[in-house]
Amino acid sequence: MWAGVIDRAAARPVALKARRGRWWAAVTWLQVAPLVGVFSAFLVFPIVLIAVVSFWDYTEYTIVPDFIWRNYAEVLGSAVTYRTYLSTLKFAVLTWAITLVLGFTVAYFLAFHVRTLKWQMTLFLICTIPFWTSNIIRMISWIPFLGRNGIINTALISTGVVRQPLEFLLFSEFSTVLAYVHLYTLFMVVPIFNSMMRIDRSLVEAAADCGATGWKTIRNVVMPLSKPGIAIGSIFVVTLVMGDFITVRLMSGGQSASVALMISNQLAYLQYPAAAANAVVLLAVVLLIIAAMMKIVDVRKEL
Amino acid sequence: MARKGNRNGDKQSGRGTLSRRRMLKGAAALAGVAAGSGAITGFPLIWAQNIKGVTLRQFGTGVSNINEIAAKAKEDLGITLEMAALDSDAVVQRAVTQPRSFDIIDSEYWMLAKIVPSGNLQPMDTEKIKLFDKIVPIFTKGELGDKKIASQGTAPFKVSYLTGPDSTQFSATPTKWFTLVPTIYNADTLGIRPDQVGKIDSWKELLNPKYKGKASILNISSIGIMDAAMVCESMGEVKYGDKGNMTKEEIDKTMKVLTEAKKAGQFRAFWKTFDESVNLMTSGEVVIQSMWSPAVTAVRSKGVACEYVPLKEGYRAWAGGLGLSKALTGLQRDAAYEYINWYLSGWVGAFLNRQGYYSAVLDTAKANMTPDEWGFWMEGKPAQSDIKDPFGKVMEKASAVRDGGAFETRMGAVACWNAVMDENRYMVQKWNEFIAA
Repeated sequence: MWAGVIDRAAARPVALKARRGRWWAAVTWLQVAPLVGVFSAFLVFPIVLIAVVSFWDYTEYTIVPDFIWRNYAEVLGSAVTYRTYLSTLKFAVLTWAITLVLGFTVAYFLAFHVRTLKWQMTLFLICTIPFWTSNIIRMISWIPFLGRNGIINTALISTGVVRQPLEFLLFSEFSTVLAYVHLYTLFMVVPIFNSMMRIDRSLVEAAADCGATGWKTIRNVVMPLSKPGIAIGSIFVVTLVMGDFITVRLMSGGQSASVALMISNQLAYLQYPAAAANAVVLLAVVLLIIAAMMKIVDVRKEL
Repeated sequence: MARKGNRNGDKQSGRGTLSRRRMLKGAAALAGVAAGSGAITGFPLIWAQNIKGVTLRQFGTGVSNINEIAAKAKEDLGITLEMAALDSDAVVQRAVTQPRSFDIIDSEYWMLAKIVPSGNLQPMDTEKIKLFDKIVPIFTKGELGDKKIASQGTAPFKVSYLTGPDSTQFSATPTKWFTLVPTIYNADTLGIRPDQVGKIDSWKELLNPKYKGKASILNISSIGIMDAAMVCESMGEVKYGDKGNMTKEEIDKTMKVLTEAKKAGQFRAFWKTFDESVNLMTSGEVVIQSMWSPAVTAVRSKGVACEYVPLKEGYRAWAGGLGLSKALTGLQRDAAYEYINWYLSGWVGAFLNRQGYYSAVLDTAKANMTPDEWGFWMEGKPAQSDIKDPFGKVMEKASAVRDGGAFETRMGAVACWNAVMDENRYMVQKWNEFIAA
């Protein structure tokens, strides 16, 4: 938008240019003002506040404005923090890998195997049906399904596949990752599908004409051209998992920790400064991850 | 502790339609406070007329999710109660950080160690509580019958009195200034599925490898640590000076025992809310766990056998009560006192006792219950006919006997109270490590 405005202004006679230029600049500023205002009020200001509070001191029932490093020392000096980050990262990596494979496959099927646009859209909308119910409902409905006396175990025992109910199905890391995959695969499907729909079909034909097999075409044509979609989907999934506390609590039966769960516990015990310090560290880690992803795929360039 | 339950919905709302001005006019016109006479025969009482139309905002864990009480208060007193139910952590948080957001707090006694120092509560004048002398002496004198009640943990008596009208210091001896008027209290123990667990008589059974992968403990550190301490003490693993106020070393030892059990796969899940504990038990995921009395009842009412076992080491007790916000003055404060007096006058007591809780003034509650109900809930006698809850649902069949028996037997066997320790910060940190282990 900026570039367009300035170009147009530059095309005018020189005498008008200065006056018009200032005028256009003012309009431009006005145009961006609402967005700047919203972002400042609801994004920048709260984050700055969190950063400020993270240096405060606290007791059981008060928070005391101060400048101390103790909160950070406690966060970074505790073995629990590292273990928690490790477990959160493990969930993030597992979920990312599984949703990527699933999401890519689904998107590929929709984009290249379904021939008509009508069917593509119909099937795409079907993918979104689970999202018509709330997150919590989708999670909780796994419990009667996976439980000790749940549908799967009952079926397995009655068909004689196992004798004892499989305990790992529920309240375990397995069930946590399963729920994440269930919740977040669509976030992978949508951007990848979007990228694939932009791929020029003649490129695929050209690949076939040059004798590439189906797999080679995917590997050398479709995958590179879907990179922006993959990157965006990955950002969605990774940040969602890194910031989650409710899925991990419900699906692990409260037995696994996550960074956000740790923050929510600290908030519950009125330890706002400690929670703030933790949140700042989490924010930094997530930003680093996103920066690394952006390093691999320059989304802006590729879009 | 259906405090977390929130089963009756979040909020009782519906503002009185009277405007503030009309309310004040009414107040000027009718200044006299009509007093209820004898407590036991005290129905129908005449309540103050000038408070009609007053709205009081009450929030908390326990009785604040019982809409029937608000409806009855509206009917009897004409005041509107806006109730909001929160979990215990959120109650402390709101009481400390947003003192102007409530008129009446429905708090648990252990929370007072955090809330009172903030200065956001206003002590109650015991002279304005008409039935003050009838309140169960567990709260007013720290005794029951002629026995001293266990003082480990935040025993209500220890935090019931303040040293003065503006004080934030607890007084060890009775004064005229009272923090909370008790509403509900109970003695907690382990709940089991008797069809899958045999007879047990000790807290240590929670970590018995026989129930590997089928045990649970509640993940609210200040309560969970007490259950854990009961377990460790009965196993002989840890000796405590005061379970309600552990030293760092005692905390470390306790958490070590629990962490080892967790790593060995003893626990199926940890629960935080009332509903979670009910679901774990009914679905059979868990067969032995720390539990709250109404949760046991809820499991039974789903047709699943569940027993609230009296254990030889005794109970872990808890109690909640109503307190006044610092910001409460004038007519609103009069209305709040009247509401609290009404609370103790019997109808509410009977309502609570019928759910398996205990109420603060027993005489008035008794007058509002049938002899059979009183015998079953309070005296440990076999039920003569079906016992129904306040909503008319059958809770126990005739001839059933309450787990643990009579009021004096259960409350007399209390070993410790829910507490906030001096080393609370350290304890919370260690508890979180245990959850993350």
